Formats: sequence, structure tokens, C-alpha cells
Amino acid sequence: MGKKAIMLGNEAIARGAYEAGVKVSAAYPGTPSTEISEALVQYKDELYAEWSPNEKVATEVAIGASMAGARAMACMKHVGLNVASDPLYTASYMGVTGGLVLVVADDPGLYSSQNEQDTRMVARAAHVPVLEPSDSGEAKEFMKLAFDYSEKYDRPFILRTTTRLAHSQSTVELEDRTEHALIPYEKNIPKRVMMPAMAKARHAVIEEKMAELAKDACTLPVNRVEMRDTKIGVITSGIPYQYVREALPDASVLKLGMVHPLPEQTIRDFAAQVETLYVVEELDPVIETQVRAMGIDCKGKEIFTLLGEYSANMLREAVLGEKVETKAPAQVPNRPPILCPGCPHRSVYYVLKKLGIHAAGDIGCYTLGAVAPLGVVDSTICMGASISSMHGIEKAAGKEFIRDWVAVIGDSTFLHTGVNSLMNMVYNKASGTVIILDNSTTGMTGHQDHAATGLTLQKEPTYAVNIPDLCRALGVKHVQEINAFDLVTLEQAIKEANASDEIHVIITKTPCVLLDKRKKPVYVSLSDKCKKCGMCLKPGCPAISKQADGTVRIDDTMCTGCGLCEQLCKFSAIEKVGE
Amino acid sequence: MSETKSIMIVGVGGQGTLLTSRILGGLAVENGYDVKISEVHGMSQRGGSVVTYVRYGKEVAEPIVEEGQADVIIAFERLEALRYRHFLKKDGVLIANDWRIDPMPVIIGAAEYPENILEDLEKEVTVYSIDATEEAKKLGNSKVSNLVVLGMAARHMDFTKEQWYSVIEHTVPPKTIEVNKAAFDAGYGA
Repeated sequence: MGKKAIMLGNEAIARGAYEAGVKVSAAYPGTPSTEISEALVQYKDELYAEWSPNEKVATEVAIGASMAGARAMACMKHVGLNVASDPLYTASYMGVTGGLVLVVADDPGLYSSQNEQDTRMVARAAHVPVLEPSDSGEAKEFMKLAFDYSEKYDRPFILRTTTRLAHSQSTVELEDRTEHALIPYEKNIPKRVMMPAMAKARHAVIEEKMAELAKDACTLPVNRVEMRDTKIGVITSGIPYQYVREALPDASVLKLGMVHPLPEQTIRDFAAQVETLYVVEELDPVIETQVRAMGIDCKGKEIFTLLGEYSANMLREAVLGEKVETKAPAQVPNRPPILCPGCPHRSVYYVLKKLGIHAAGDIGCYTLGAVAPLGVVDSTICMGASISSMHGIEKAAGKEFIRDWVAVIGDSTFLHTGVNSLMNMVYNKASGTVIILDNSTTGMTGHQDHAATGLTLQKEPTYAVNIPDLCRALGVKHVQEINAFDLVTLEQAIKEANASDEIHVIITKTPCVLLDKRKKPVYVSLSDKCKKCGMCLKPGCPAISKQADGTVRIDDTMCTGCGLCEQLCKFSAIEKVGE
Repeated sequence: MSETKSIMIVGVGGQGTLLTSRILGGLAVENGYDVKISEVHGMSQRGGSVVTYVRYGKEVAEPIVEEGQADVIIAFERLEALRYRHFLKKDGVLIANDWRIDPMPVIIGAAEYPENILEDLEKEVTVYSIDATEEAKKLGNSKVSNLVVLGMAARHMDFTKEQWYSVIEHTVPPKTIEVNKAAFDAGYGA
């Protein structure tokens, strides 16, 4: 018996990778997958792990490592798989040398994402098998199995998780690492050069491999039949398995650890033994559709929702008709996520709002610039899309139309996929203003390093990309760095940039307020000088609130001393204290 | 104990709900229970309403706590206590930090912060409250208000003070052990 520990799903995945003998891991941060790479750092003597600039690069690094004969992995959130889908579809044709696993984290309920897409759909399209654990213990075990199966069946595997699994802690039994020596490299053009003639042959091979795996799926231990009362039978997987056990403890369950390809004979046998068959799966009816295609009657999405997360109460109501009587929720004001007190983005958005500017937005904390009272961000699509979508707006509506537009993008997002977009603007003779909100980190996901921070995943010093020089190298003539809290210079620069017919890049270079943990002098509001004008409330700082008498109060536990409100107060009613 | 205990920790992103749930979860693990903790990371953490769940018992399946199931709610802010009060069991206990943080709709005047939240809640459920942020300020670090509230909650749970100390020592950053223990004491003795 190994030692037991309580771990996040993501930590357990890292542990599983370690025990499986992984040699190379690459990833771009993305909630809810980020902690996997961070947890791999503790095993740095045994394995190499990196932050790559995006998920396509990360996946290709992992493919290369597999070609070199190592067990390799890449980790990403569901939308990251879209970026990685180009290598994924063809890596599927190539198969593997060392075991190759992509960990992909879906986000039912959209805790921190722009959509609710279901990775199992992508996996089916790419002919890539998928394992899906139900708790941290299984997450670790399934990681190890994924590598074994990957090598046995010559398929890259996906380990699919969801936010609830990734960010829940449960018990894990720790075991030792098994080292896997590099599989000696052999040149194999038909397997690895995916030009038409070779790919045509490989397509036939992977169809065979998937058929073989589907057949074996009926005996693989990851799929498990739990026979109890036969009135209700449930096919389920992942976190919904826990809700089924909680709500329907007497029901028989076919728990699928591998959700693609499905074990057809096991499903037929199980369905034949139960009176009413339910398929319980969050998001798309991936299992249900295939069960119905087998000619098996079942209940699924006509009683369960396509949206969000499931729960035990939801199942009790849908399956048993038991409505859980609870008190009605209190009618209270919402508390949406907001930019932190002292966030440099707030200062930039204040200026943009003052100038009546529309922002083509991007993915990061600064997406919160769409929320009241700022309301500056007009669109958010995907990583890098701010710059290219503004370019499209200009090409459709003309130079004059975008005089009151800017694209806003963070430093990490710019390096992820924004660079191509800016190159495209220059190449295609665009005009327009791009603001790179450079806070020297990947903020939203919890402060990860990237190619311009000068530190690796392991915090080792490395070359830091110079973002202004990079923009100049792309052909941008007007590149200016400004402190985000220098309101006067910033306003002037934006006005000039938007009046120009050339591309301007403004880099607001101010570190994320959460990076600097030193205690700084805070500000107080002097009620005798306050004229109740409300100027300091305009940027929507959560540390400042209006009192009953109309004067403002600054919460000294929240104030970080950024000084934005002091700059805005015309009556010297806001003062620094504690210097 | 055969029955599963369900605890919710609610507050505003940045108030230390994560650390608190890990201390609580760690304590249950050290006492031999099966434990599940469910956390919130990412965008929802940025100043928004945040809830984490801790469930422990002989065998725990579901990692979340649902409406009407919480034995204890630990709330780091009054409005958040009110927001989640329907998750409490009939005989559940609410431990609250008597502290106000205005949400953005209140700051911009689009909504009003309800008055007398804790007084009204006391009419429905058992409430223990403390001005934990003030207590934490007295200790020189307002960030440890979460441990003050946890200290108060600890008095209504079945673990010894020494057990709490031990898990605090294992969970919080080493430099902050003393101030966190002092904060715990402030709540425990209140």
C-alpha cells in the first residue's frame, strides 16, 4: 500500500504522469487545466515540463517527444484544443512511438471560459480515444493507463476532465515512478510523413486500430458494470458518476472510463438487464446518440439539460420525480467578477471610456472591461482575435469607422496568437491602434510566466522577448511604452494614434497588482473636502464606495495604493496615508 | 460518524476561501475521513462571489453541496451569507464575518446593499458572527480574517484545538503560521 494524499484532480494528473514515466510535458495555461503543469515542477529532476506560447506549439512539442521515443503529454483547456486541433488530427494518423496523451479540460457551467464545447465531439472527429476519470484517484490511474493504451494501440489518447474534477480534491494513493527508457528512434517515412500517399494508408490503419480498441473496450478495466437493483440502469462517466451514486444509490450503473470508442457489447448486455435505461452525461449527448444508434431505447437529453453542470438534486428530480423542497434564494444584488483594486487595466479602460472608444477585446482578466461601469469592450472571441477582428472591421467599414476603436490584448495573449494578427495588419496596409496591456504575466490563470517574462515554468532565468522590438520587427513604425497609470500621457497617445492613418501599438507596461506583495501606502477620502462629485467612482474600483451622505469611503483592507482615484479627484479630497 | 458532513465556505474572491477549505479538508483527512473539496479558480475568482465545498464522512461521492444540505456555512461577508442561506439545512449553523464589501452593482448605484442582514438571518437560523476583519487588523494583517472566522466555526465542530493547529501549520505559508494561529485563536476565543 502506498502513501495516501489528498489532491486536486489536476495535481493527481501530474502525479499520474510522473508515475507513468513521462519525460516531456508542454502546455499553455488555461483554466481549469493550469495547475497540472505547475504541479509537474516538483518532479523536475525526473521530467521536463514547459510553458509553450500556445497549445498548437505545446502539442507539437509533445508529438516530437513521442517520436523521439519518450512518453509525452500536452495539457490545455477545451478551447486550447481548437488551437491544437491542426496537429491533433494528423497526429492521430501518425500514431505514436512513446505514449502520447493530451489532457483536455472542459468547462461545463462556464466558470472561466468563452464557450461550453464538448471535447468528446472533437475526439470523435479526430479518431482519438478518450478516458474520463471521476475523481482524483482515478485521474492518476487513468493517466497511467492512457500511456499504456496509447503505446499498445498506437493512438494518441485524450484524458478529458471537467472543471469540477480538475478543481476538486479527493484521495489519491501514491506509487513509485516507473522509468521508461527511450524507444530507439527508427526512421519511418510511411508512418510519419503525412503526405497524401502515406496518409491514405495510415487512415486505413487507424480505422483498424480504433475498431480493435472498441472491441477490447468491453474487457478493459476502465469500463465497469455495477449491478444493483435493475429497475433503473444508468450509463454514465466522469463527474456525473458521482451525482448518480449520490442521487440513485440503488441503481445499476455502467460506468464508462473510456468514453470513446464505446464498448458496444457491454452496453447491449447492460441495457438488456435493466428495466429503464438512462444516459447521464454533461453537455452534448455523445454517449446517448451512439446508444440510440445501436437501436437501444434510453432516456437522456429529453429529461436532462444540454447546459451547464449536473447535480444530485437535478437527477433526483428528473429520474425519481422528487422535488427537493428548499427555501427560495434571497433576492440579493449580484456580485460579478471584476478587475482587482489597483489593476492597471482599470486605468486604461477609464481613459478609453472617457474618450468614448470601442475596444475589440481578447481573452484575459481585461475581458472584464466589458462589465459596468466600464463597458468598454465590444467583443471577445478567442485568443488573439482582438487585433484581427479590428482589422476586419476596418476592411469592411473603413478607416474613419475605426477612429474610435482600439484592439486590447494582454502580453501573454499577444504572444499566444496576437503576433500573427499584427503581422497581418502591417502586411495588408491596415490602420488602427493596438493596445498591449502588458502586466508582465499570464494574469487570469494565476500568474504564469511566458516568453517575455524572462523566467521558465521552473522559474529559471531565460531570454525575455522584447515586445516593443517584436512589434517593430513586424513593421509597426509607431510603438510606444506608457505606464498604465499615467493618465495624461496615455490619453494623449491614444488620441494621436487614432488620428493617424498608420498602425500604432501602445504598450501599457505595468505589472499585475497581485504580483507585488509588498504593503504600500493606501489612500483615504477626507469627508470634509469631498464634494460628492463621483469622479473617483467612475473607474469602478471595488475599494471605493459611496456612503449614505454621498461622500465616499475607501476600504483600507482593499486599497492597494495605485493612486488612480487621487489623480481623478479635483478637490484634493483623497490622500495617501501610511508613508 | 456514518453521515456525511457538508460545509460551504462563501465569500468574495480574494478573501481566502480556498485556503480555508484546504485547512478544513486537511483536518478531515488527518482524522481518517473520506474527503472531497471543490474549489473555484480562474475568472470567477476575480472579486466575484466565490463558494467552495468541503464534504467528509465514511464515503463521499458528490463533491458539491446542494440547496438545503449544508451543516455549516462559513461566510466571509454579510451579503454572501444571505446569498447562500438557502443552502443551509434546517438545523444548520451559519458562521459569519460581520463585514461588508459592496458589489459592483451597489458601487455604481444599480442596486442597494440590504440592511440588517445578520439580524434578519438570526430569525431563521443559528448565526454566530464576529467582526473578523477588525480582529485581523488588530493582528496587523487584515488578510487573516478568514482564520478568525474559521476559529469561530471550530468551536462548533468536533475537532480539538491541537488538531486545528497542526493542520494550520501544514497548510498556510510557513512565514504566516504564527499570525494565522493568532487569528484562529481570536475567533476561537471570541
